[in-house]
Amino acid sequence: MAENIPKFDEATQKELAVFLEKEQTQAKIHSSVHNFTTMCWDKCITSTPSTRFSRSEESCLVSCVDRFLDTSIFLVKQIQERRGSQ
Amino acid sequence: MSDFFKNPLSNPDNTARKQALMEQVRNELAQANAQQLMNNMNERCFKACVTKPGDSLSSSEQTCLTRCMDRYMEAFNIVSRTYVSRLAKERSESDSAPFS
Repeated sequence: MAENIPKFDEATQKELAVFLEKEQTQAKIHSSVHNFTTMCWDKCITSTPSTRFSRSEESCLVSCVDRFLDTSIFLVKQIQERRGSQ
Repeated sequence: MSDFFKNPLSNPDNTARKQALMEQVRNELAQANAQQLMNNMNERCFKACVTKPGDSLSSSEQTCLTRCMDRYMEAFNIVSRTYVSRLAKERSESDSAPFS
């Protein structure tokens, strides 16, 4: 069955490769957002969900994402420094 | 343009196939994304709202679940906005110092 389908020409193949790479990048971002949402929800939303977030819950969610990314950058730098001093 | 002359018959057909393929990829990714959101939300909201499972969902549990669902999606959007703006910020700064 697969042999009956003609191949895409080279230009189309290139276009599809670019398209797939873009979608893959997008999917990776989405998957990170899912991770961060669960992680930060567990950290920040401790009371029973109400009709709206309190100010502190909302700012906690924002800080949670930013501090997580800071942590990741910080740890990478620490490792690099340690490697450099050895 | 020159491709069109080289391959006059298959080209319009290829465009349709290409678009169908892209559409399929987009749909499947969107579906996987929605499924992931549903699964995570289900877990969190069950934990937050159904603390002592009874014979059926009580009306107060249902109210809690409805609110929790709205809050979870709001949290997802807040996180997404924060992350995307952080990515943009790091990217604009990373011309000198690379990120990731």
